Amino acid sequence: MPLTYPNLTLIPIPGAIPAWKGLIEPEQLLPVCLKVAEGGGRLVALWGSDERQNAGGFALQVALVTEAGLICLCVALEEAQPVYPNLSLIFPAALRMQRAAQDLLGIVATDSPDKRKWLRHGAWHGFPLRKDYAVAPIDEADAYPFVRVEGNGVHEIPVGPVHAGTIEPGHFRFSIVGERVLRLEERLGYTHKGIEKRFEQLSLQQGAKLAGRIAGDSSVAYAWAYAMAAESIAQLTPSAHSLWLRALLLERERIANHLGDLGYLGNDVAFTFGFSQFWILKEQLLRNNAAVFGHRYLMDLIIPGGVAVELSKSSILYDECTLLEKQVKLLRGIYEEHAGMQDRFIGAGLVAPKLAAQLGLCGMAGRASAQAWDARVQFACAPYDQLDVQMATHRNGDVAARVIVRFDELFESLRLQREILNHLTTGSTVPLLKLPGNGFGIGMVEGWRGEILVAIHTDREGNVARVHPHDPSWQNWPVLEHAVLDNIVPDFPLINKSFNLSYTGQDL
Amino acid sequence: MENLLPGILLQLFQSLLVVMAAPLLTGWVVMCRAWLQNRSAAGLFQPYRLLQKLFSKNAVIADNASVLFRVTPYILFGCMWLAAAIIPILAVDLPFSPAADVIALVGVFALARMFIALAAMDIGTAFGSLGARREMLVSFLAEPALIMVLFTASTISHSTQLPRIVDTLAHQHFALYPSLAFAALAFVMVLLAENARIPIDNPSTHLELTMIHEAMILEYSARHLALIEWASSLKLFAYISLGIALFIPHGIAGAGDWGALPLAMLALLLKMIVAGAGLALLETILAKMRIFRAPEYLGTAFLLAVLGLLIHFLLGT
Repeated sequence: MPLTYPNLTLIPIPGAIPAWKGLIEPEQLLPVCLKVAEGGGRLVALWGSDERQNAGGFALQVALVTEAGLICLCVALEEAQPVYPNLSLIFPAALRMQRAAQDLLGIVATDSPDKRKWLRHGAWHGFPLRKDYAVAPIDEADAYPFVRVEGNGVHEIPVGPVHAGTIEPGHFRFSIVGERVLRLEERLGYTHKGIEKRFEQLSLQQGAKLAGRIAGDSSVAYAWAYAMAAESIAQLTPSAHSLWLRALLLERERIANHLGDLGYLGNDVAFTFGFSQFWILKEQLLRNNAAVFGHRYLMDLIIPGGVAVELSKSSILYDECTLLEKQVKLLRGIYEEHAGMQDRFIGAGLVAPKLAAQLGLCGMAGRASAQAWDARVQFACAPYDQLDVQMATHRNGDVAARVIVRFDELFESLRLQREILNHLTTGSTVPLLKLPGNGFGIGMVEGWRGEILVAIHTDREGNVARVHPHDPSWQNWPVLEHAVLDNIVPDFPLINKSFNLSYTGQDL
Repeated sequence: MENLLPGILLQLFQSLLVVMAAPLLTGWVVMCRAWLQNRSAAGLFQPYRLLQKLFSKNAVIADNASVLFRVTPYILFGCMWLAAAIIPILAVDLPFSPAADVIALVGVFALARMFIALAAMDIGTAFGSLGARREMLVSFLAEPALIMVLFTASTISHSTQLPRIVDTLAHQHFALYPSLAFAALAFVMVLLAENARIPIDNPSTHLELTMIHEAMILEYSARHLALIEWASSLKLFAYISLGIALFIPHGIAGAGDWGALPLAMLALLLKMIVAGAGLALLETILAKMRIFRAPEYLGTAFLLAVLGLLIHFLLGT
């Protein structure tokens, strides 16, 4: 039992990772959260669901993580007045999730310090995630007053959502004096696509495809988390063969993204040589993906119940491991001995471990700030329980630390890929077609950026009623605002890239 | 009058040559960079294709742009063309030679810089002002270093006129000048800073917050942008010409020595090829430095130039 609290009954959720669920009264929410926070726990996700066709009213779902496992708290909210206490004083990361829940479902956190809309950019009236919502797009602009910084010589630079390069849209409002950043405020939500609403209209199998397309750089992680959630409702354990293959795909996704990011980090300090070398390696990996698995970004390979692919040409992957190990080792030497690069990396975008813990920084960026948390280690589900993953951590919390953690994880993933290839057996997959009714399942996978969580609620007939995919970027975007403080404006792109957070993953 | 005509013709020839050949140098640098980074290059003539594309587009100009914004590309282009045309690269006794005074040259560069910085602020976007401000930070530090370099060269030839300097160094008493070695090093550093190259700026970046030169011209499009790009090529050409004129003028045609002209052209071509490749090599091995390192970097350049001057006085001529 991860948590004991008077009048709180936690029921285990079956599945690959240790998880519990429990119903809780609104007034109990704050004390329980406080207890979890004091025990070193964090907030993972917060979302709402429309329960008017089931138990009545709405429900707030809060997923917390402790050393022992996930705790999913469900708070029933009245239909007439769906309010719950504001969690952002305990978990600062809750603030944007609460604002998003208000935009999408109309459930309100009382005493919220920020009442501005988050995802709704004046594109709809009403609340899309309510079951009786009729799609009626509108076009009006929401007023969005940014926080103003006053003072002699202080001025603002608005950046984006349209940028000079081809990147995802996001707006950054800098308040600066000279070149020094006094404050950064992000405004995201430009890529809101209504993914959560779309899930309601799809079958379980179609949902798996959509899950793999929430964020193209984390396709495997989302698809696996989705499958894990579905399998937890169906109480099904996929064959060992498909679990090994899933782990292989996940590590390949991590390798591809770390290679790409290391290249980009070189590019952002104008060391284009590093950029082209890493991208040659990444491109080779993607081509191997296409040759071996039939898709460069490994989409649609994981389905609820197992995998939809057979590994045929594993010799390509062994050769690739050897090549990557050799090349990346060489490039790491160049990066580490390049005085100009290290001068840019060291000390830039510092997030001290204490601040990281306070704000709930997670995933790869968290590990670079001494937040030793990796779902492959703490909640080692099969096949990671046989792999003994070595977690890469660092204490410095600057760009240099995030580069080092990336290199370490890259080598570890290459080692894991070899191990997995050695263990791979043949087997078959029985696709999961139908879920039991009134189910709730949860899946959590350590993607390359951090833990990716997918929760599935089913209705009485067993159809997918609500899917909530959660990207670690929700937690880490607000930390970026702190990381750039007192840095200079031209260092922002580098700091931003060292986190490389997802826009689409959090805009949904 | 009759012996003035060939001079004017040669001057015209050189002027046309630099304006046509400047993008070629840029293309060569980009090509070398691509090769050094294991990429296949877009080709030597890519800058011309870019210019052609830009010239055939319609310009989009901000509503609140003043006349300053519109005329700046032409002024910029004119200044850079003038600078590149008067530097003696083929022969020393051209009709415009009296104009080729090193201090005037620095003034021409300063004039162009002033206009582009003003035009950048004219629209009132945050990036324009940001770029203009950074450009001024870099250039007010680079300018004194450049002047010290030029002084070192002019003390050797007792003249601030480029043709005299070139003539002295290329044709008269051959000697090794240790002072020039320091000056040359300082000059390369200034060249990188003034031409928006790595390690001070990155000419190929798409990160608007890190830009210096590119931030100033973000609002320009079509023919205006084409002229600015062309002017950048001309500026790089002018700087490299200046470097060649000051430090390796050997091979240039002497006063009235028309027969030496083909050889002078060949020598120039070779020097440009080597200089372009060297620039690409520097840009490949260096990373861009934090902007507040620029004062240290340019301070070093200034110091090296001063050292060169001191050594000249210590060793005597």
